[in-house]
Amino acid sequence: MTQLRFVLLATFLISSAAIGYEILLMRLLSIVQWHHFAYMIISLALLGYGASGTVIALGRRVLEPRFALVFATSGLLFSVTMVACFAIGQRVPFNALEIVWNPRQLIYLTGIYLVFFVPFFFAASCVGLALTCLKAHISRIYFFDLLGAGIGAAMIVVALFLLSPQNALRLLAVLALSASVLMSPAVPLLIRKRLMLAQGVCVAVLLFGLPQGWLDFRISPFKGLSQALQVIDTKVLAQYSNPLGLVTVVESPTIPFRDAPGLSLNTQSEPPEQLAIFTDADAMSVITRYDGNLESLAYMDDVTAALPYQLLDGPRVLILGAGGGTDVLSALYHGAREIDAVELNPLMRKLVGETYADFAGHLYEDDRVNVHAGEARGFVARQSGHYDLIQIALLDSFSASGSGVQTLNESYLYTIEGVEEYLRHLEPGGMLAITRWLRIPPRDSLKLFATAVEALRRTGVDAPGRQLALIRSWNTSTLLVRNGEFTAQEIGSIREFSRSRSFDTAFYPSMPAGEANRYNILAEPYIFEGATALLSDRAGVFIERYKFDITPATDNRPYFFHYFKWSSLPETFALRKRGGAGLIEWGYLILIATLAQALVAGVVLILVPLLLRKRDAQGGRRARMGSYFFVLGFAFMFVEMAFIQKFILFLSHPLYSVAVVLSGFLVFAGMGSGYSTRLVQRFDGGKYSSVTIVVAAISGITLIYVLLLPELFARFVGLPDALKVSLALFLIAPLAFCMGMPFPIGLNRLAEEAADFIPWAWGLNGFASVVSVSLATLLAIEFGFTAVVLLALGLYISAAALIKSKL
Amino acid sequence: MNSCQKICQVGAGALLALLLGLSWTSRADESSFAAERSDMVAEVELYALLAGDTMGEAVAESVLASLGIVERHEFVPDTQKRFAYENRPLPIGHGQTISQPYIVALMTNLLEPDKDDIVLEIGTGSGYQAAILSGLVKQVYSIEIVPPLAHEAEARLERLGYDNVTTRLGDGYYGWEEHAPFDSIVVTAAASHVPPPLVKQLRPGGRMVIPVGGRFMTQQLLLIEKTEQGEVKSWQIAAVRFVPLTGEH
Repeated sequence: MTQLRFVLLATFLISSAAIGYEILLMRLLSIVQWHHFAYMIISLALLGYGASGTVIALGRRVLEPRFALVFATSGLLFSVTMVACFAIGQRVPFNALEIVWNPRQLIYLTGIYLVFFVPFFFAASCVGLALTCLKAHISRIYFFDLLGAGIGAAMIVVALFLLSPQNALRLLAVLALSASVLMSPAVPLLIRKRLMLAQGVCVAVLLFGLPQGWLDFRISPFKGLSQALQVIDTKVLAQYSNPLGLVTVVESPTIPFRDAPGLSLNTQSEPPEQLAIFTDADAMSVITRYDGNLESLAYMDDVTAALPYQLLDGPRVLILGAGGGTDVLSALYHGAREIDAVELNPLMRKLVGETYADFAGHLYEDDRVNVHAGEARGFVARQSGHYDLIQIALLDSFSASGSGVQTLNESYLYTIEGVEEYLRHLEPGGMLAITRWLRIPPRDSLKLFATAVEALRRTGVDAPGRQLALIRSWNTSTLLVRNGEFTAQEIGSIREFSRSRSFDTAFYPSMPAGEANRYNILAEPYIFEGATALLSDRAGVFIERYKFDITPATDNRPYFFHYFKWSSLPETFALRKRGGAGLIEWGYLILIATLAQALVAGVVLILVPLLLRKRDAQGGRRARMGSYFFVLGFAFMFVEMAFIQKFILFLSHPLYSVAVVLSGFLVFAGMGSGYSTRLVQRFDGGKYSSVTIVVAAISGITLIYVLLLPELFARFVGLPDALKVSLALFLIAPLAFCMGMPFPIGLNRLAEEAADFIPWAWGLNGFASVVSVSLATLLAIEFGFTAVVLLALGLYISAAALIKSKL
Repeated sequence: MNSCQKICQVGAGALLALLLGLSWTSRADESSFAAERSDMVAEVELYALLAGDTMGEAVAESVLASLGIVERHEFVPDTQKRFAYENRPLPIGHGQTISQPYIVALMTNLLEPDKDDIVLEIGTGSGYQAAILSGLVKQVYSIEIVPPLAHEAEARLERLGYDNVTTRLGDGYYGWEEHAPFDSIVVTAAASHVPPPLVKQLRPGGRMVIPVGGRFMTQQLLLIEKTEQGEVKSWQIAAVRFVPLTGEH
């Protein structure tokens, strides 16, 4: 007889490893491919759970008598496949950038999807089987499942600070294997020996015997790091890893890195030697050699980002995104009297300030320089002082910006609320300077301009056009937002700076149309015309008619990089082979493809097998029961996804947000589900059903959060990380506790009234969860997170209505 | 005849058949490649026509003719040969691509090649762009920074008889001083800025073309012109006719 405590512990371990694997895969795929795979991974994990639920439902009679063996084998297979599938998955020759040209890439994408589905299927089989076979202990098993998942999410983030991603993967495999070992004593002796042999082989292989190179990263050859390493004599000097990214330092002695975005075509100077730093094998930043001789940095005066220094004398500067320190160096070159620089990844600060301090000329030891690790918005929010210049550096790579793969990256840096925050921290006459890559037809530049106009209006400025200036080179644009109106002298300086470097002025107060589009000639003076339109009373019509989405981003809809418009797709798609591929925002279409894939896979792997069962309930009841669990799947995931996004701003990084919100939701929902039986006993049969009461509580708490969270976040964003995490968990607790109840309440009702329908309940709920991940993001991009949360509330209320009467 | 002889005979017969088959296949491939190439040129011509005045002028006959002569299938890896005449960029290994023929045509056209021109190319890649230019200008100098690509391209161009193309492995940033000034410069590799030494090595009246965008999606072409007075002007040239506001076609 299987000992219950072993089952509980094994379930805990499997769930920890499964969620750890989910988060780790997001990291691994961000390194070898691109960030938008995160959505695919969550949906994959859920698909694994849904499909295994179906298989258990169908094969219950065979599986139940062999519970311990199946659990132990599934655990073993989970352990093996989580390593093997990573090795196989990254060998699928998928190239996201080639999707436009080669439909075969979609097949490869599907291949990756199916490969990574396998480990989640085995993990889910362990837990699902435990729940099915030990009915008397469902609530305890469910609690250990959710507790394990919650702790696993937190654990993997800590592990990623201490271990390389590959070793973190090994650790998770060992956890899963331990679960398998724990279940072995209950396996019949004859098979047990073979099982233990397999387990032993696995341990040995995992720890010592993995074939050389199996787990090495096979990074897309089209990412910046791969490209750089092709160049003669380049070599990796060092590689570091933490949950924020894989950071690689590369030296190229023969053909040096020479990064100087937007350098004037007139310049005679060149950048000195540089070391490149790649984050997640892309997003190149550089450390520029500095020997104390400012002359060697003359090129820094010939880029568009140097514009604000022509207008400010010895400014106090805040740099958001220090990267490899180039902007700090530029501030020193231009005579800044004090420089605060913020960098999200502490590794970057260490590289410039310590590891390569000699190369960087001990830049960060300069008395004028203070470098802070932290998130930009949060840092600005907690400053009490004011700056003469706040500069947002150009940290994303041009290729990422150009191919539209950033579409799904939420960025709170470039929202209306963000710009308002920066403006509040400017001295009178101080300036916000934002440099972006220039894309033609304009996207970033006009969206940013529209954002600044709106932010100025919200701070009570009647004529925002008097406080804005925009210049461009052939590949960068720099926007200045002044606290107060530009003076005639400043405008003169802007014009002279631009003229002498052959930069085009795209906008400044009272700029004559004839001055636009002089040096780097576009087919039309798009940016000047756009900026003028955005300042006029026809701004709304202009944004409406523009073929890219240049509506300013907000904290509620923080997708600055989203320029996709469905209405333009027929035209841009038709032009794709005629040189128009760059007009399409591919990241968004990949999200759509993920959603379509989830739909198809969900139907095939979850719903079709269930249809093969013989019909076992009447049509009307089936529809209502099915709808209840279907709706709950969407509602839970919508709230969870929206909270992950909302908490990014507060917790400063998507990964922290995923870890904390997932942990919080899982653990507290687990507690809620444990409590649900008592709630049912207390209320059902009374005036209001337990589900009605729970849904009322969910609605109340959620509405309060929708109203209060932005205010709370703004007030507490400056707290130390540990306190912020505690506060986040405190906020999540009551909501997740309530959200954990409707599902088990429904299941218990089914157990009493229509037990045969339980597999359908699992399946429909799983299917809805799979689909809702991509769907929630799509809805957030289109309508904002508040809309997603409100929609989830509507779904909860309809669930309450569905279960009100007898099922 | 013993069994060993039989086996040898059958083997020899099979080998002969295989060789015949191969040579037949190869001839068939050649003729089908030629047909595909001519379709590709027609497609490029059509796209250029559709792009209309965004390009300033139509793609010159001579450029299209060159596109019709150069055997693109010789410039791609075996695994990509069957796609060689599809009008799209193809991966050629080492994280590099061979450009879309349409973009190659536009870039070549923008250089306004003349039979007396000396042209510098930064980023040899497969050697395809150099081969296209080869028949249109006097001499092409081409620099590549990825060693295996440089070696492969050098051998390929030599094998195919492009005698007026000289390649070397090295840093393209400083151009090729001993052959400067150049009538035109084509940069096929992306960079954060236009290297000042290249601008210097451009002859007054000369043109430089750089594709802007990722490896698989050129967004537009940057055309730089050095006037006779030595002044530098630049244009951003779209490869397609696209107006960013609706209702303004």
